Amino acid sequence: MTTNIRYKSRLVKSALEQEKQYVGFATLPNQVHRKSVKKGFDFTLMVAGESGLGKSTLVNSLFLTDLYKDRKMLNAEERINQTVEIIKHTVDIEEKGVKLKLTIVDTPGFGDAVNNTECWKPITDYIDQQFEQYFRDESGLNRKNIQDNRVHCCLYFIPPFGHGLRPVDVEFMKALHEKVNVVPLISKADCLTPGEMKKLKDRVKEEIEKLGIKVYQFPDCDSDEDEEFKQQDKELKESTPFAVIGSNTVVDVKGQRVRGRLYPWGIVEVENQSHCDFVKLRNMLIRTHMHDLKDVTCDVHYENYRAQCIQHMTSKLTQDNRIESPLPILPLPTPDVETEKLIKMKDEELKRMQEMLQKMQQQMHDQEQ
Amino acid sequence: MDATDIDKSSNEEKRNLSLGGHVGFDSLPDQLVSKSVAQGFCFNILCVGETGVGKSTLMNTLFNTMFENDEASHYQNGVYLRPRTYDLQESNVHLKLTIVDTVGFGDQINKEQSYKPIVDYIDTQFENYLQEELKIKRALFNCHDTRIHICLYFIAPTGHSLKSLDLVTMKKLDSKVNIIPIIAKADTISKSELHKFKIKIMSELVSNGVQIYQFPTDDEAVTEINASMNAHLPFAVVGSTEEVKVGNKLVRARQYPWGVVQVENESHCDFVKLREMLIRVNMEDLREQTHARHYELYRRCKLEEMGFKDTDPDSQPFSLQETYEAKRKEFMGDLQHKEEEMRQMFVNKVKETEAELKEKERELHDKFEHLKRMHQEEKRKVEEKRRDLEEEMNAFNRRKVAAETLQAQSLQAASQQPLKKDKDKKN
Repeated sequence: MTTNIRYKSRLVKSALEQEKQYVGFATLPNQVHRKSVKKGFDFTLMVAGESGLGKSTLVNSLFLTDLYKDRKMLNAEERINQTVEIIKHTVDIEEKGVKLKLTIVDTPGFGDAVNNTECWKPITDYIDQQFEQYFRDESGLNRKNIQDNRVHCCLYFIPPFGHGLRPVDVEFMKALHEKVNVVPLISKADCLTPGEMKKLKDRVKEEIEKLGIKVYQFPDCDSDEDEEFKQQDKELKESTPFAVIGSNTVVDVKGQRVRGRLYPWGIVEVENQSHCDFVKLRNMLIRTHMHDLKDVTCDVHYENYRAQCIQHMTSKLTQDNRIESPLPILPLPTPDVETEKLIKMKDEELKRMQEMLQKMQQQMHDQEQ
Repeated sequence: MDATDIDKSSNEEKRNLSLGGHVGFDSLPDQLVSKSVAQGFCFNILCVGETGVGKSTLMNTLFNTMFENDEASHYQNGVYLRPRTYDLQESNVHLKLTIVDTVGFGDQINKEQSYKPIVDYIDTQFENYLQEELKIKRALFNCHDTRIHICLYFIAPTGHSLKSLDLVTMKKLDSKVNIIPIIAKADTISKSELHKFKIKIMSELVSNGVQIYQFPTDDEAVTEINASMNAHLPFAVVGSTEEVKVGNKLVRARQYPWGVVQVENESHCDFVKLREMLIRVNMEDLREQTHARHYELYRRCKLEEMGFKDTDPDSQPFSLQETYEAKRKEFMGDLQHKEEEMRQMFVNKVKETEAELKEKERELHDKFEHLKRMHQEEKRKVEEKRRDLEEEMNAFNRRKVAAETLQAQSLQAASQQPLKKDKDKKN
């Protein structure tokens, strides 16, 4: 009898439990969404490449604003000995309540001078500076208002006029691939026929792989995504490096006003997928992978920098103190380097004297024998 | 005095006469033409531009043939020039065409020395011609003229202005060769941008004093067309060797998803203008300019360098022969002097090394003697010590013997004493 009663009560319980089992943390994504919209986002994009490849036009086309008003272009004469500058433009843009603080880091003068040795040095220094500043802020006492100025993505413009990558392109990407997400682009793609474009893309991909340049890789999509998404993702990965065209002007095509370039032989539409990969780039950069770029910068590049920095500090300490020290909190004052040197010299002299004595003894021994 | 008088009189005596009938020397140009056609023409083009900017394709398009050209790589260490000679024929006119390509131009990271190989090549061609001219047994009419008649400078279509490398190179070349700047791959620039680009380029060239080739406007037959073409510089060209069907014709064009760029369509690009100017109208003028202006300038500079002048201090015309002889003597004298110096130096050096060696020998000898003496010293000392030791041993032995005999005696004495005592007791 008792068993029957118990059985009944259990049935009743399970119905109630079903209601109770819904805890409610399925709303977490919504909460994250709300909070992030309130906080706003920030993104730092660096554009690099020679003058005249359409960087400013592309940035304007990507973000549909006019960031570069009244630019002063230098003459060829002034550019013979030009050095690379770093110029930041910061704009606040908003879309459907989501605020984005966009910083574009421009590098005018890159590759323009006649002698371009180490012209990427100001750029790597800038990136390191941002990392260093963040590192210091992070290790500081008051961490409320850290400004994240780290560069999240670097768009590198490859000129389409050549047969592939040039030495300056290779050197630049090699200097930067471990500090920032490098996305190579083929600029001014309206000078390539479809056949030529494929050839150039294959060439560039081959050279990048052969030279071991680590450009930004799209993350593989999860296995539980639907087929269409996976197909899109595959297409995206296969069409890198993207061949892009930018335009500041709007033209009329079949009654529609689109961004494009007007030629006597036709109109190039920027947002036409069969004309260029601009849409793919925009989707990748803004609509799907912006956060992933930020994550990779924080998790990979910044961590690498931080680890290097700390290792550098510890190795310097162990060299000077000759003791095994645990993680240092503050860098200790280094002992006098001069006396160290003197001691080392004297040690060496002593050793030499000893060796000479030994030799002489050996000689005398031989002579006696 | 006499010479100048004759000159003046001959000047005054030049009169214009009218002919009574047809003599026939109006066929002189025709004779000249048939002679030069029989000889064949020769034309040398230098193409300067970055790798991949379209130099080979444009040459193929201009001359409507496929010159064999493999793609150059971007990783050359320096710039080098690659001349290729072709024999072309159209109707009954032979053309010996040499196309010189600059391989590796604009690819290096440090481009400060990029212009040097080009300038050196041009100078070498001038030098060869000058040497031929100065020879005793000349064959000028037979030799293959390799001087560059035209330099086509390919400007990359950035749309903003010239690159710094372009400016530097053109400045170095403008006094040595006829330069025609062209905008390559012009199908990437829209019409309005092209207009601005051309103006910017020309203004930069003018403000930096670069002298590009101006089509001649002194010959009435071509003055009009040349003047209008001068206003279109630099030509924006598109090259293509592929043919696309447009309408119902096959034309050379580039096919894009958004349209077809026809090479020979004047509203698409300036290729037709370039071909007109370069080949159909002004080829001969280019050759003349090269010979009359650039080559003469080179020759004058070179000879002045060697010390020749047109007139000597007494303003008597110098004979080349005498100057040459004087120079030669000077040169030989210099050579001999240098030889003497070198011989002296050599002899001095030999003496020095001999002296050093002798010194060293002497030192070694001294050391050897010193060591020998020391050795003998040591030996003597050791001998002495040995003798001392032996003496000591002998002394020790003697003492030992003495001690033993003493001991033996004392023993004997001791044994005799008790006998004596016994004897006493008995008594």
